[in-house]
Amino acid sequence: MKWLQRHVRPEQVRELSLLLLIIVAVVFFGSMIDGYYTSRTFNRIVSSVAIITIVAVGQTLVVLTRNIDLSVGSVVGCTAYFVGTLLGRYHDLNPLLAVLTAVALGAALGAINGLLVAWGRIPSIIVTLGTLAIYRGILVDLSGARTVTTDSLPGWLVGLPRLNLMSIGGLDLPALFMLAVAIVLIFHLGTGYLAVGRRFYAIGSNPDAAALIGLPIRRLVFLAFVLSGALAGLAGFVTLARYGNITVESGRGLELAAVAAVVVGGVNIFGGSGTVLGAMLGAIMIGTLEQSLYRLQISEFWRDAILGLLILLAVASDAVILQRLRALWGRADLKIVTEPPAEATVAAGARSP
Amino acid sequence: MTILGRLKSWEGLLLGLLAVIVVMNILRSPYFLGAGNIANLFQLSIEKIIVALIMTLIIINGEIDLSVASIMGLAACVLAWLFQMGASLPIAIVGGLLAGLAAGLFNGFWVAYVGLPSLAVTLAGLIGFRGIARILVEDRAIGGFPVWFNTLGQQGILGPITASILIFAVLFAIVAIVLHGSALGRLVYVIGNNLQAARYSGVRVQSVKMTLFAASGLIAALAGILYAARLGSVRGDMATGFELDIITIVLLGGVSIFGGSGNLAGVGLSILVILNLRNGMGLANITGNTQTSVIGALLIFSVLAPNLAQNLQRRWIGRKT
Repeated sequence: MKWLQRHVRPEQVRELSLLLLIIVAVVFFGSMIDGYYTSRTFNRIVSSVAIITIVAVGQTLVVLTRNIDLSVGSVVGCTAYFVGTLLGRYHDLNPLLAVLTAVALGAALGAINGLLVAWGRIPSIIVTLGTLAIYRGILVDLSGARTVTTDSLPGWLVGLPRLNLMSIGGLDLPALFMLAVAIVLIFHLGTGYLAVGRRFYAIGSNPDAAALIGLPIRRLVFLAFVLSGALAGLAGFVTLARYGNITVESGRGLELAAVAAVVVGGVNIFGGSGTVLGAMLGAIMIGTLEQSLYRLQISEFWRDAILGLLILLAVASDAVILQRLRALWGRADLKIVTEPPAEATVAAGARSP
Repeated sequence: MTILGRLKSWEGLLLGLLAVIVVMNILRSPYFLGAGNIANLFQLSIEKIIVALIMTLIIINGEIDLSVASIMGLAACVLAWLFQMGASLPIAIVGGLLAGLAAGLFNGFWVAYVGLPSLAVTLAGLIGFRGIARILVEDRAIGGFPVWFNTLGQQGILGPITASILIFAVLFAIVAIVLHGSALGRLVYVIGNNLQAARYSGVRVQSVKMTLFAASGLIAALAGILYAARLGSVRGDMATGFELDIITIVLLGGVSIFGGSGNLAGVGLSILVILNLRNGMGLANITGNTQTSVIGALLIFSVLAPNLAQNLQRRWIGRKT
């Protein structure tokens, strides 16, 4: 116990228990479904997780600063549709330029959110609930409800989802999934070690203190929304590559999956704690559930009910269990620093109510 | 300027906005002011404005309920499911209402007694209750209800006035009395203004919050059932996204998203503004999606405008001193 307390932080306990939960879920589904432990199941889960993960990373940044971005689903839809139309018209567009266009468009939409939240002083839930409707409405109007189809897209894009970077013992790692992993690593290290990353935590855990020590709160919150929009734009590109057929409805409801991944992954909905890696674990948990329930042949309709319950449990465990853990850890720290004599402990015990 | 003065000017702004929209609508269509069209105006969004009444109390109390649209869907689906299992319709209606009450109590338990943020709890509810609704009816559309049920939702009982409109009027009166004329109403404001102060002065915060969320579930369920009666059939995805309109109505009415201020008169005006706006855009052949965009923009504007006004005011005062 002492070893555990010295080497693992309470937040990491949270992530480790989520990892355990994923393993339990995999073992459970493995015993229910014939031929579950195959590379096919793995590949399915991995490729479905990529999109949610990328969006969830951006969402994590926003949630860390005590905000929320509900417009990401619409941003994904807008960028997927816009870049799809662009590529349908100009087949020889440079692939890199296409990706950059998607990211830039997403960042621009995110900047609108950030501007309204940071300088308009409107709560983020109101702003992004509004832009969720506005962006989707603009998309439907501009597109005239037409559909981007696979055969209008250039060959390199259609082949992208089947491109594998490497293969370990029959388990393929698709390029799109590795892209998501790279994003997670970059942002996990960035939030962990860069000054700007630590400032996101500072704003979320105590906005007043952050203001008092002179952090540029507005610019940082703005940056979080721009990054969230840019990552949603990238996810829009991945969506386009993966599905090929893009309707005006694509990406709808993705914001709920992203928020679910973030919250299940142990990021506190009130900001200030949680990690990008945790959000990815949350996304993997949701992807595993999604694909496994599909294979179990019980209807896909169960997915939402289970997801809702999972979010609630995650938030509840945050509030109840994590606080106890922190208290326990805090006491252990005291003991390590000054091992108090036996009488002092008794006296302290007698004083406490 | 006092807070009261600012609220009054907000309602003045709404009244002006309403006048402009109504005049434009009248110019566009001579039938606009007919009793039939006005009843129709209410009838087309009646479920949303019923739920907006209870949402007003919840937001003044400093909380939010994002799960109302899913509870509407859940109640309608429970009704349809019970009806399909062979229950008589009145029993199915009671079942739907109980399902909504249970969902509200569930939300209230986590918010009031466990102390979780209502944003997170009701977001989980938004996903979860919709999930249960989908499990019950899957991707079917269940219809074939007795004639009286459809009549209840579609036909007027006092001239063009339908049962739903009557229910809305009664609920409006009840909420007005509770909010502005009862002890519970004062407590709702006190808690929304300063939760800590309310708790230390011995206000039973938990039971007030629990009551509000239970009422929200029950009224959302009622609205969902009325919606089913109006449409004549029930699907798993009915009422999806209604929370946007409902929250917009409340905030446009001058209720602060941070709780503690706002009144029902403002919300009443904002209901009229939004109904007339939607109707006017419909008359002008503007599609549903653009309408939703406009509502979204209005939502942002309704919070942005007081903020900007406050900024200007502060600058004005700063210059004078």
